[in-house]
Amino acid sequence: MKIHEYQAKEIFGTSGIPIPKGEVTSSPDEARQIALRYEKAVMVKAQVHVGGRGKAGGIKYCAEPDDAFFAAEEILRMEIKGLPVKKILVAEALDIASEAYVGIVLDRVSKKPVIMVSAAGGIDIEEVAQKTPGKIMKFAVDPVMGLHGFQATSLAMFVYNDMKLVRQCTGIIQKLYDVFMNSDSTLAEINPLIVTKEGTMIALDAKINLDDNGLYRHPDLEAMRDLDAEEPDEIEAKKADLSYVKLDGNIGCCVNGAGLAMATMDLVKHFGGEPANFLDIGGSSSPEKVISAMKIILGEPKVKVILFNIFGGITRCDDVANGIVQAVGHLKPSIPIVVRLTGTNEDEGKRILKGVGMEATSSMEEAVKLALEKAA
Amino acid sequence: MAIFVDKKTKLIVQGITGRDGSFHTKQMIEYGTNVVAGVTPGKGGTKIHGVPVFDSVAEAAAKTKANTSVIYVPPQFAIDAIYEAADAGIKLIVCITEGLPTNDMSQVYHYLKAKGIRLIGPNCPGVISPGLCKVGIMPARIHKKGDIGVVSRSGTLTYEVVYHLTLADMGQSTCIGIGGDPVIGTDFIDCLRAFENDPGTKAVVMIGEIGGSDEEMAAEFIENNMKKPVVGFIAGRTAPPGKRMGHAGAIISGSSGLAADKIAALNKAGVPVADIPSQLPGLIRERMSPRKKTVKKTITAAKPAARDSAKKKAAPGGKTKKKTVVKSKRKLKTAPKTKKRR
Repeated sequence: MKIHEYQAKEIFGTSGIPIPKGEVTSSPDEARQIALRYEKAVMVKAQVHVGGRGKAGGIKYCAEPDDAFFAAEEILRMEIKGLPVKKILVAEALDIASEAYVGIVLDRVSKKPVIMVSAAGGIDIEEVAQKTPGKIMKFAVDPVMGLHGFQATSLAMFVYNDMKLVRQCTGIIQKLYDVFMNSDSTLAEINPLIVTKEGTMIALDAKINLDDNGLYRHPDLEAMRDLDAEEPDEIEAKKADLSYVKLDGNIGCCVNGAGLAMATMDLVKHFGGEPANFLDIGGSSSPEKVISAMKIILGEPKVKVILFNIFGGITRCDDVANGIVQAVGHLKPSIPIVVRLTGTNEDEGKRILKGVGMEATSSMEEAVKLALEKAA
Repeated sequence: MAIFVDKKTKLIVQGITGRDGSFHTKQMIEYGTNVVAGVTPGKGGTKIHGVPVFDSVAEAAAKTKANTSVIYVPPQFAIDAIYEAADAGIKLIVCITEGLPTNDMSQVYHYLKAKGIRLIGPNCPGVISPGLCKVGIMPARIHKKGDIGVVSRSGTLTYEVVYHLTLADMGQSTCIGIGGDPVIGTDFIDCLRAFENDPGTKAVVMIGEIGGSDEEMAAEFIENNMKKPVVGFIAGRTAPPGKRMGHAGAIISGSSGLAADKIAALNKAGVPVADIPSQLPGLIRERMSPRKKTVKKTITAAKPAARDSAKKKAAPGGKTKKKTVVKSKRKLKTAPKTKKRR
């Protein structure tokens, strides 16, 4: 799950990482009020779940409160990479002496959190990594041992020479590591980490991506979910415990298992069709899940046929068949349904479908071809 | 022969009293797996499907000398269940449960590694050595004893592939679902190495998907270390970038993790990749045919001789084959039917 800059900064703030004074709002009037109260220049920053806000004009320097009003008005009308801006952060503008980068990400290869630091902050770190890898220092933390002070210090010393700054940076790296582990992050990043003209170190920007699997133990973080930033169908699917991704085609797919669901989409394309969605009903599928899945697929007017591809393992074919029968009874779909059932309790599943005059095939290819025929 | 699980496996089921744990314990016993104990705290002293239930893994392991554990507990208890099995001296832990927090898993991974314990999963269907032992949730009857090794990041897609292999009369030595999460206990390379060293395996099917770079690393390993033929399939060719496709690991970000890159890496390593699952048996046949074998030999001959001779352990395996045919006729009810229909 992605959260906004202002939310990440809230987490930083409570963890003791210094952040600039700022407030979030959706109103240009309030933006002006905030600037008035701060009695200094402010930055107005678009809050959207994409990078490159600055380049897109979503971050503006405002010397006067009236400027903040107009900047807010303009930014709130913007779409950045297709996402409408609904909120802005109004934060005090600071005099920057230097910009650095500090980030932590879980490295899939070493299976360790990797801390990256660079004195070249403020810009795309992936570009720095590609063009001038020598400017980045990486350190993989042993997650069982945790991050030791001397390790954080050696990272800080790569960025700064002044020991005063090294000490401040060491503290920030340690706190960022704690944030990363304690909030179940997959990414925690400060870019840029600035030093002001007065010599204070501050996290000018903040980015945190959260691990969906860890959210169950962080109700406070789950509450940060911005429903405006997600597809309504995908929210609906999440509530029903389905994983769903909307696509552009007309073949509605309902599959158990992520790998098989992807392979089903691939097969639809292979035979010349276009999938309308990725939908994994998961393991242990109850009839209710099947009903929710069909409801979501039927909500998409483009869909011309629903293709069920079920290979029972922990999912039982009879559960799915019962769900299909109930869903058809409830929702009375006007489009054809093609079913493939194989695996655990396959015979029972097929018998249940036969009871209501529905056929099921055992072969995925047959089912996909049949679905394409019916959609044509 | 097989890898990871066989007739010597003595299994503990953690979460044996739950809906899934209980259902699949019955299925595993019916398949012939030696399930020696179950664990559910508070239910010690009872029995399920004739299996004694204990309050802790330590107690179960001490009383039954179990060497393997399978975990069916809900995600919020699963991390604890893995540590419990590890500290009880279990050497192979198979975690079926999905939804485990990634940072916790990175700690588990390094803790187990230091202790020399193998974890398969989490978020996986488990392991089956057809005819010998099943530890997990896969539907048993689609499998058939034989000499093809199968390793996959997916669950149901593995069944799809196994189904096609069995239809084509290609039995399997061992099938492993390694799981779809970013941090997993056993990866492609661990399994490929085990298959290469297993005299009962003649060829390997590797099923990957978008996200991460595990397939690319596996391709490099195959090129440098494997003599046995490997064929592949990659799911998610048509997936849009930036979207998580169900599996926590299946997300394309930036330029890495794309299906096209993985297919290219595998092809470069001499691994043909099927466009659709039903093509896999044909690809195996091609790679195993005598003519192709000589081609492969000329390629591998360019490599250091010492490495080649060290790996040259492959046994004839004629005995296993005979058994296979007889058993499969009894076990496989659906597959032959479908075959006729075609």
